Amino acid sequence: MEDHAIDREWKKGSAELLLLSLLEALPRHGYEISKLIEQRSHGTLRFHAASLYPLLYRIEKRGWIQGRWVEKSGQRRRRYYRLTAQGRKVLAAQRQGWQAFVEAISRITGVENA
Amino acid sequence: MPDWNDHIRKQLAGLRLAPAREAEIADELAQHADDRYRELRNGGATEEEARRITLDELTGHEVLAGELRSIEHTNAPEAVVPGAGNKGHFLAGLAQDLRYGFRTLRKSPGFTAVAILALAIGIGANTAIFSVVNGVLLLPLAYPDPDRLLKIFETTSEFSQSSVAYPNYIDWRRESRSFTGMGAYRSDDFNFTGAGDPEQLSGEYVSASLFPVLGVTPFLGRNFLPEEDRQGAACSVMLTYGFWQRRFGGDRNIVGKNLTLNAASCTVVGVTASNFRFRDDAQIFIPNEQWNGVELHSRESHPGLRVIGRLKPGITIQAAQAEMAAISNGLARQYPATNAGHGAIVVRWKDNMVQNIRPTLLLLVGAVGFVLIIACANVANLLLARSTARRREFAIRAALGAARGRVVRQLLTESVLLSLGAAAIGLLLARWGTSLILAAAPGTLPRAAEIGIDPYVLLFTLVVSIVTGILFGLAPAFQGANANPQESLKEGTRGAGGGRHRAEGIFVAVEIGLAVILLVGAGLMMQSVWRLLQVDPGFNTRSVLTMEVALSPKVMASPADIRLAYWQLLGRVASIPGIQSAAITSMVPLGDGDSEIGFWPGTGPQPPDDRMTSAMFYIVTPDYPAVMQVPLHRGRFFTERDNTASPPVAVIDDVMANHLFPGQDPVGRQISLIMLGSVQIVGVVGHVKQWGLDTDDTNKIRDQIYFPVLQVPDKFMSAGVTGLTLALRTGPEPLSMVSAVRAKVAGPTRDQPIYAVRTMEQVISGSLAERRFTMLMLIIFASTALLLAAVGIYGVMSYAVTRRIRELGIRAALGASRQEIVRLVLRQGMKLAAIGMAAGLVAAFALTRFMADLLYGVRPADPVTLLAVTLLLGGIALLACYIPARRATAVDPVIALRYE
Repeated sequence: MEDHAIDREWKKGSAELLLLSLLEALPRHGYEISKLIEQRSHGTLRFHAASLYPLLYRIEKRGWIQGRWVEKSGQRRRRYYRLTAQGRKVLAAQRQGWQAFVEAISRITGVENA
Repeated sequence: MPDWNDHIRKQLAGLRLAPAREAEIADELAQHADDRYRELRNGGATEEEARRITLDELTGHEVLAGELRSIEHTNAPEAVVPGAGNKGHFLAGLAQDLRYGFRTLRKSPGFTAVAILALAIGIGANTAIFSVVNGVLLLPLAYPDPDRLLKIFETTSEFSQSSVAYPNYIDWRRESRSFTGMGAYRSDDFNFTGAGDPEQLSGEYVSASLFPVLGVTPFLGRNFLPEEDRQGAACSVMLTYGFWQRRFGGDRNIVGKNLTLNAASCTVVGVTASNFRFRDDAQIFIPNEQWNGVELHSRESHPGLRVIGRLKPGITIQAAQAEMAAISNGLARQYPATNAGHGAIVVRWKDNMVQNIRPTLLLLVGAVGFVLIIACANVANLLLARSTARRREFAIRAALGAARGRVVRQLLTESVLLSLGAAAIGLLLARWGTSLILAAAPGTLPRAAEIGIDPYVLLFTLVVSIVTGILFGLAPAFQGANANPQESLKEGTRGAGGGRHRAEGIFVAVEIGLAVILLVGAGLMMQSVWRLLQVDPGFNTRSVLTMEVALSPKVMASPADIRLAYWQLLGRVASIPGIQSAAITSMVPLGDGDSEIGFWPGTGPQPPDDRMTSAMFYIVTPDYPAVMQVPLHRGRFFTERDNTASPPVAVIDDVMANHLFPGQDPVGRQISLIMLGSVQIVGVVGHVKQWGLDTDDTNKIRDQIYFPVLQVPDKFMSAGVTGLTLALRTGPEPLSMVSAVRAKVAGPTRDQPIYAVRTMEQVISGSLAERRFTMLMLIIFASTALLLAAVGIYGVMSYAVTRRIRELGIRAALGASRQEIVRLVLRQGMKLAAIGMAAGLVAAFALTRFMADLLYGVRPADPVTLLAVTLLLGGIALLACYIPARRATAVDPVIALRYE
């Protein structure tokens, strides 16, 4: 299966969960998020700017994350996103749901969860 | 590093995002692109590769735009930042703008008060004038389907709109097919006795068809029946609502009761509706044929009868006009002696009612509009000065991402708030101003009762204030929106762009120019009125008291009794100490009424009407020339012996003498008068300006004939009993004699009231009422304009001095004298004034042509007026500049230089 196809099928269901997870520990900016996804998936998952930012804006609008411009001396200003209280609840719920989903798939397909 | 901005913006362009939001997204994506590009380059990609990949990822497959569209245009609440762009939330933004505007205005109460006051004067004056225009010119007449109500006049070679002979009206009504109905009416006075104090009532004789034609039904009772409008029918009367309230306390059982009017008993058939306003001072209505004057049934006489017709649906005025002309032609053939040369003309009733006042009102609309523009220019200048002070605020907003349009909107909201506040106060001013206008123009304005503040006026005020707010707010708003954030923040509060000063200068010049126009208009009207007051009316207006008298019904048994009663009354009044001479006359010079009579030279048979000329006709007692001090040029005036027992005589004026007997002595010659027969001319007196001080010279009928009261034939005597005027020359101040005269006239039975008491000076003044009204209004508007313009130039110069304080300090330090500094400042201010005045004079020259018809004895481009206005305005502008100039000399160079 090509990269492209994985992207489309899997990201759809999991993208929000990925973003929220990455923001759980500390606020991050968009580029950092995209790099982390790429690194931690060892290149399997990639979010380009064209799809990443619309996603960020969407969940920001839902109130799960909040963006804030931060200026550091000698740098261009960057927008950092942090998880809101609501986002934290959503993350917990999605995690649980994902877990149940993956377990169910594993039992059927015999694929062991790592 | 490549610039990503263009690519990103291109992607976002189709989304129609609010500018601030778009900027934010672009910024974030550009940052991402920078990072990605750097990463690719570090990984060994060439510049071109890195650029291509970055762009591809950034905007690839239109994913970005598609995704963003669905997100950015869902309606989630978003915080509104004042001055930050936000097209999607117009209403939320508006509420925010309003709240913010309120706060800003409250923070500077002085500025707000001055601005609101200036605008309130402008808006109030406009509302007042509009409420007059609305009531008089715009509102339809208060009858059903008012556009179909037409007034129908006779036309003759001497009158374009003559009153109608009653028999002609009857024929018109019978023969015409263009009208659903026709009604006729004529004003008269009625002596109301037998119920408390006797009272002279103003009323109307009306045909039974009039009220149905108008489409009105009475509040109580019924309209007149056709059989009540017949000769010999029992007298019936309709009361107006006001009279019924005043004299009968709103007695619901009034219908069927009897009143004594002119000594006859009349049955009340109804009371008109409270909103029925046929003629404001009419109190009662009586059927036409109740009038026993012989003139009513004569085609020769036109006793002030007016005719109103209601056009049938689908018939045009032109068709009605053509039909009336045809009917008149038929009558002229049938009755050549009386109707030859007579036609008919139909005009819309409302147009006829307001045709005289329309030019005056339109002039005032223009004038008061100028006042508002001046007020706007003043407030715009205030706002400009303020917007300089607020440059930091705008700069901060711009720095925070506020779009230009958004700042403009915020500022416009503020100015509209100001003008709405001004409108509220202006409405109060307008209520007061409207009553002032009505008081200043008694009798000048038709439909005066319909003038008031109604929904149309409120709408007008609302629209004017919003338009005004936008108008005066535009320049300052763009000034504010153009603030360059960096410069402004760096610079602090000092200094401003040259554009602002240019705008200020233009506003001041416009104010002065408009003030010039108004002053010239006011000056021309003042000159006209002044010149009219210098016109010799042909008699001595001073110390003359006039009043109308109603004889007691008890003395009106026969024509001889009436003559005797008048004679005795005159004797009683003349014996009052302080009365130098007393006379009775049918007509007062320059008064409201007019009376003409057809005549022909010699004693031959009466020529057809179109070959007869008319003269003004005065029926007087012998002392009339003594009272009015009309000079006797030839022969003699009347004596007591010119009575029914002696041959009829007449006195003519010198205009008629020159016209009828050029180069000859008219005394002893015979002329013939319609309905009175031939008379001998016994004297010639000076001409009196009957038609008005201004228009008498140009009127077609200027000949004047005097006829002795004691020779009026019996058949006319009873008809003439009302409407005779007592004229008295007094030693003391005329009005101080009124109570003594009233007591003498009342007689032993106390049932002979006097009314319409006026001095001749008041009569003259009344004849100038319309011009005086125009003059007064223009003076008020011009003074307001002058004041506002003076404040405007003063404000701008004060500000200019403050701004130049450093420069002036340097000049002073370098040895400039006080005079030099004063001159410097004056030169700057007077340059603006001169530009404004020059433009204003040119405009005045062009515009005052339109008021030529309202002027008398002065040309629109009168050099004296233009010079006077220039001097006045120049002087005031000089003064307004001098005060700040003086302040400039007080500048201490050291302090000025430290002023940083």
